[in-house]
Amino acid sequence: MTSSRKVVSGLLFSVVCVLLFSPSANAFPAFARKYGLRCSACHEAWPMLNYFGQKFKDNGYQLMNDRDSPVWQNPSYWPVTFRITPFWSRESTNKVAVDTTAGINAGETQLTNSSFNVSGLDILSGGTLENNLSVLFVLSSDEFASFHFESVNVRFDNVFHSPWANFKFGKFELDNFVSEKRELTLSGNGATYQIYHFIPVGDGNIFGQMGDNQFGAEWMGHSFNDRTRASAAVFSSTDGNVDDPYGKNAYTGFFTASQAFDAGKAGVERIGAYVMYGEAPTFYLTSGGAPIPGSGTGNKTFSREGIEGLIYLGKFNFQFVTQHGEDSAWFGACYGDLVDGICPNNNIPGTVLPAGARNPTWNGAYAEFHYTLNPQLIFIEKNDWVRMSQQALPGTPGNLGNIDNYTFALRWYVIMNNRAGFALHPEYSWLRLRGESPVTGSDLTSSSLMLGWDFDF
Amino acid sequence: MRTPHFTILACAVAVLAFAGISSAQVTAYQEHQWLNSPAAVSHIGTITGHAQDAAMDYRRYCVVCHGEIGDGNGESARWFDPPLYPKPRDFTLAVFECRSTPTGTLPTDEDLFNTIARGMDRSNMPPWNTFTRQERADLVAWIKHFSPRWQTEKPGTPIVIPPEPEVTADRVKAGRDVFARVQCWKCHGVTGRANGPSASTLQNDLGQPIAAYNFQEGSRPKCGSTDQDIYRIFMTGLDGTPMPSFADNIKPDEAWDLVFYLRTLQPFPSKEKDIANQLGLTPVTPATGP
Repeated sequence: MTSSRKVVSGLLFSVVCVLLFSPSANAFPAFARKYGLRCSACHEAWPMLNYFGQKFKDNGYQLMNDRDSPVWQNPSYWPVTFRITPFWSRESTNKVAVDTTAGINAGETQLTNSSFNVSGLDILSGGTLENNLSVLFVLSSDEFASFHFESVNVRFDNVFHSPWANFKFGKFELDNFVSEKRELTLSGNGATYQIYHFIPVGDGNIFGQMGDNQFGAEWMGHSFNDRTRASAAVFSSTDGNVDDPYGKNAYTGFFTASQAFDAGKAGVERIGAYVMYGEAPTFYLTSGGAPIPGSGTGNKTFSREGIEGLIYLGKFNFQFVTQHGEDSAWFGACYGDLVDGICPNNNIPGTVLPAGARNPTWNGAYAEFHYTLNPQLIFIEKNDWVRMSQQALPGTPGNLGNIDNYTFALRWYVIMNNRAGFALHPEYSWLRLRGESPVTGSDLTSSSLMLGWDFDF
Repeated sequence: MRTPHFTILACAVAVLAFAGISSAQVTAYQEHQWLNSPAAVSHIGTITGHAQDAAMDYRRYCVVCHGEIGDGNGESARWFDPPLYPKPRDFTLAVFECRSTPTGTLPTDEDLFNTIARGMDRSNMPPWNTFTRQERADLVAWIKHFSPRWQTEKPGTPIVIPPEPEVTADRVKAGRDVFARVQCWKCHGVTGRANGPSASTLQNDLGQPIAAYNFQEGSRPKCGSTDQDIYRIFMTGLDGTPMPSFADNIKPDEAWDLVFYLRTLQPFPSKEKDIANQLGLTPVTPATGP
């Protein structure tokens, strides 16, 4: 299989994965049932949190009155939520590799199809075991009901009666208040925050995807009213995969802090910043030519940093994230994830980098605009841009891998009560990947149009 | 087959039912009038709150308990089982527990403003301190538009709280005497465990069971947990509940003594508790009361 075919195969696989896994978000009607609140109390539009919901989460799923402990609950209370989205979609890709002669990849063509389908199922459970002790687990499946643990963590909050001492262990989403797990867009192209998952073309570092839940430990602190919040996490450089299949000792750190401001009638505005710095293996022991999981050494570094914000102007609000990313030249030269076959190169002792290889760097931004006509109707416009600023290998086109992604959607919450949520979700998304068409290396564009019924209860 | 009598009867039932429903609703005309009345504003320091600006926030956060017309009959209200889960506040009555004003009077805008941010412990009302000050002021104005009382009455004048004196052993002992004299123990129990002889019979003005505050439990008092808040609670009373105002029975100086004694009943470390331990202070007995 040629590398270009791999790219498009990977792209199509990604689209399918996004379609199947996109609703892995933490909208939690079980909490609404527990407290007798509507979805809109905690969500700008579920699953996106509003300030009150963020504070609830930061307090370990507690409203901070004396009804948080489960001993106050009716014994029949069941802290479980299900979410799934049946949908119809039309997917179109402008350049798909086709065999014009059997066995020979000699052409590209546009492929458009439409079909009815269903997303994966999320089963969420969580909440307090006792005051200031809470758990969360999220089981997510594909459409074949093949499940994996999306989140599993335990948290200790308000240790020593201080809101600045909260600790979390397990698999969890990194503490971005602009949360991809709580995104409002669902389509094949629109359901990803591109900069949360960006990997330069030919790069072997899958470990810097800050949108993926990670295995680790986190300290989190916040002021009493949650205006000021900060967290620091250390986690295994495994991209959230179980059983540590990559390095022997490879960890990543993530630090973020934000401050909210009272802006009168406009609302509460929040601005923050984050830094992620980690290392991951590039050399694996092999057996029969196959890499041995967990044997990785030869750690190389990578970093991501940026600012994020959530700005309200009455019914209008927008959230944004920027990112400057840098990978070691080794990753850029396609060393790193040998285990999954993403890159074939193994950094065995004595290996040298290709001449002129350097650290790939890029800049990206994500901005999403919302108009909340009322708590049951929200209009969404989302933009993602990624621009390579330095390619790893000389001679690589400067714009290879650049991304432009635009999404339009609305969510109409036909039902919103203290028991369940039910939303009609039409969406259109357009994506362009520079220079990534499988045969000619020209721009690859695709579009998704979907109409879904998104419900959880 | 329908008879003319049946049709007439059905129409009559329908008309009566419609009238019944209508009487429970605020008409659009009334709503418009109230929202634009001078009473449907609030003043919190330099901030002026406007009721109409709070409509969205009320719908998003409050309506599920307090209801579309503010009568405390939102969709969650039916599941609140007093006294464990008190029913939501009925704003149409304009009777509020947490006030700085004398019993029987309307609270100040600031009282409502503070209650929203503080929440009501031992109920489903969480602390809504995530609003901006302006949004909270708007919500205060919105709450006021539900009752005509705000158009005909002024809020009471806040009670004056004298400066807090130094805690002394004499004051803690004197506070114990006040506790016995005004018979706090009848509801709150001699050790503050809310197990006094009247505790099981308590009802609010709407006839719903209500629990006395359990000092030993460690939860926050409903209307604030500072010394000033506790002073204010028993000097203004919690309107709509069996907790009366003791302003006519307790002198301001004695009120501080009582605050200090009440601190000894709580499970938290405090200077008052240390003093009580040193004194070997025992719970009051009903016999020590007048």
